[in-house]
Amino acid sequence: MMNKLPDFIGGRSGLLGLLVFAALLLLVFPAAMNVDQLSLAGRFLAFGFVAAGLVLCWGYGGILSLGQGVFFGLGGYAMAMYMKLEASDGLPDFMRWNRITELPWFWEPFHSLTFTVFAILLLPAALAYLIGIAMFKRRVSGVYFAIITQAIAVITTILIIGQQGFTGGANGITDLRTLKGWDIHTDSAQVTLYYATAVLLIGVILVGKWLLSTKYGRILVAMRDREDRVRFSGYDVANFKVFIFCVAGVFSGIGGAMFTLQEGFMSASFVGIVPSIEFVIFAAVGGRLSLLGAVYGALIVGFAKVMFAEAYPQLWLFLIGSVFIVVVLFMPYGLAGLQENLTRRLRAYLRRTEEHPSSTPSPPRGTTSVGASNRPSQGEPDADGSLSTQEVRS
Amino acid sequence: MGDFTTEELLAIFAMQGFAGLSLFSVLLLMALGLAIIYGQMRVINMAHGEFMVIGAYTTYFISTLVVSQAPWFLDYYVFIAVPAAFLMAFIVGWIVEAVLIRHLYHRPLDTLLATWGLALIMQQAFRSIFGAREVSVRLPSWLQGSYQPTLMIDIPINGIAIMVLTLFVTAGVAWMMYRSRWGLRVRCTVSNREMSGAVGINTRSVDRLTFAVGCGIAGIAGAAFTTISSTGPTSGALYIVDTFLVVVFGGAGSLLGTMASAFSIAQGQSILEFFISGSMAKVLTLLVVIGILMLRPEGLFASKVRR
Repeated sequence: MMNKLPDFIGGRSGLLGLLVFAALLLLVFPAAMNVDQLSLAGRFLAFGFVAAGLVLCWGYGGILSLGQGVFFGLGGYAMAMYMKLEASDGLPDFMRWNRITELPWFWEPFHSLTFTVFAILLLPAALAYLIGIAMFKRRVSGVYFAIITQAIAVITTILIIGQQGFTGGANGITDLRTLKGWDIHTDSAQVTLYYATAVLLIGVILVGKWLLSTKYGRILVAMRDREDRVRFSGYDVANFKVFIFCVAGVFSGIGGAMFTLQEGFMSASFVGIVPSIEFVIFAAVGGRLSLLGAVYGALIVGFAKVMFAEAYPQLWLFLIGSVFIVVVLFMPYGLAGLQENLTRRLRAYLRRTEEHPSSTPSPPRGTTSVGASNRPSQGEPDADGSLSTQEVRS
Repeated sequence: MGDFTTEELLAIFAMQGFAGLSLFSVLLLMALGLAIIYGQMRVINMAHGEFMVIGAYTTYFISTLVVSQAPWFLDYYVFIAVPAAFLMAFIVGWIVEAVLIRHLYHRPLDTLLATWGLALIMQQAFRSIFGAREVSVRLPSWLQGSYQPTLMIDIPINGIAIMVLTLFVTAGVAWMMYRSRWGLRVRCTVSNREMSGAVGINTRSVDRLTFAVGCGIAGIAGAAFTTISSTGPTSGALYIVDTFLVVVFGGAGSLLGTMASAFSIAQGQSILEFFISGSMAKVLTLLVVIGILMLRPEGLFASKVRR
């Protein structure tokens, strides 16, 4: 490249990965797929936002959240509420069915699109902040945090289904047709929304990459691997955790809103335990240390599910269950880790044959952590359950 | 509460309290297994609910067999079904530990994910073998009916039976943990794994046995579950979050804590259920539990372990 690249792109290979990704999303997919498939891909890209958020907070921050569906739902419901108000004159239909005569106060502001956009970004952030402050300040972490976020997902689902008059209950908020008078169900609208989702997603990934390249990203990884050392160095660990959890929440919220826009409805089935774990599956399959990998994971698992579940519905759960186990057991860094590993071997092999056959390959690049020099740079996580310190970029 | 007389209120409390005790029994049986597994080896078993379902389907299988082959045995089959449920879950647990779990020690978050995958596979296996419809067992005649101490209070017999079973199992677990050689080894390993290995305890085999026993107890929970509710492929998944909260709330590795938290969660939920709707009762209970966990992150009765 002519000019110097910003650091966060990750050098030439990072740029290549990004360009391939952008080309795939913006050129190859639209060219190769019909409208139906493309809008399906758009929905999986919306899940990709959540998976990318999980890469930040789980892969790099070591905070496994099993409640990302809640944030996805917050963004999605905010969008849905706005569109529902636009679709109905006065009172949404499900409220009338539940004998609610007046629009509840928290629905009122969703008449405004500006407010809605802010709500999509700020509601998940606010909730994540609340949960984060409550948990991380008390040093709740690891498994406990995972279980508590799962309980929060359960609570949210029960609330949404139970408060039928305010939320549409188990059916969700349905029949969303227009955004500012623009019909979202036409083919052209679906294609436009696909592009919008793809561009937003690329933007979000750039933000994530930038975040990881800053000093903050370094501290995040250090915190994951040796939390006490970071604390003793004088950093307030809780605040750093809260921040990354909020970022992941906001990403999920954007994903939820884009999903609602494309799907035309939102329901509690995208909020609970099962979707929340599915998001983790996406990130795990794609690679928990790779933002792009997580999106590939969402696309691959999503399309596999559509193809497989149609042909062999009984086999799908067997398949996804086994895939999950295999990924966790044998490739903790997912497809991205696999690719990184292969590339490195190939490079080492090429270098060896180029120079003299007996020279040893140079050490793998990208070991970044506090006090990590004497630990294995790849593969097995170390004794206290934290991941090893290799960074996988694609 | 103006509409009720004191007597009626008392009766309601007694009956709701008793319903809470049945819930408490199932939760406790589930949580006991989970707690000893988590306490011993820091493994989060998301498939624990499915081990319960194994026990439930074993009971169902035996009861249908008895109904069709040996109707005269109907009154007594539960005495075979409960050990059989334990054994089935124990065997499957043993295999799962050998094949899957032992590769994942020291990666607690990853055991959580891998066992979730396992849970999906097991659910689909149940669906393929037993069908997607919920099944229920034929209860022996002496388990049906109810006991009426006063006109207004009505206590189902099967609830009492479950409680007795729970009492026995809990006592058995307590005995095993604190009086047997195995329990001694488990407690050794929990407090210091390296040292236990150094003094000649085979911690690997202790792990495997603990995991299998924990799963076996979940199987018993399943056998108990069939007497109060019907069983479907996803019945276990309904209980898993509650059970985890019980374990976390009680303080992992503490038998007393597990009992106390199972009791308070079950009672809180079922008494609240009468005054507000069932779903809101659950929301409120879970919120209170999370709130208390914020104040005491290690749980109610945290065992003091040096690390």
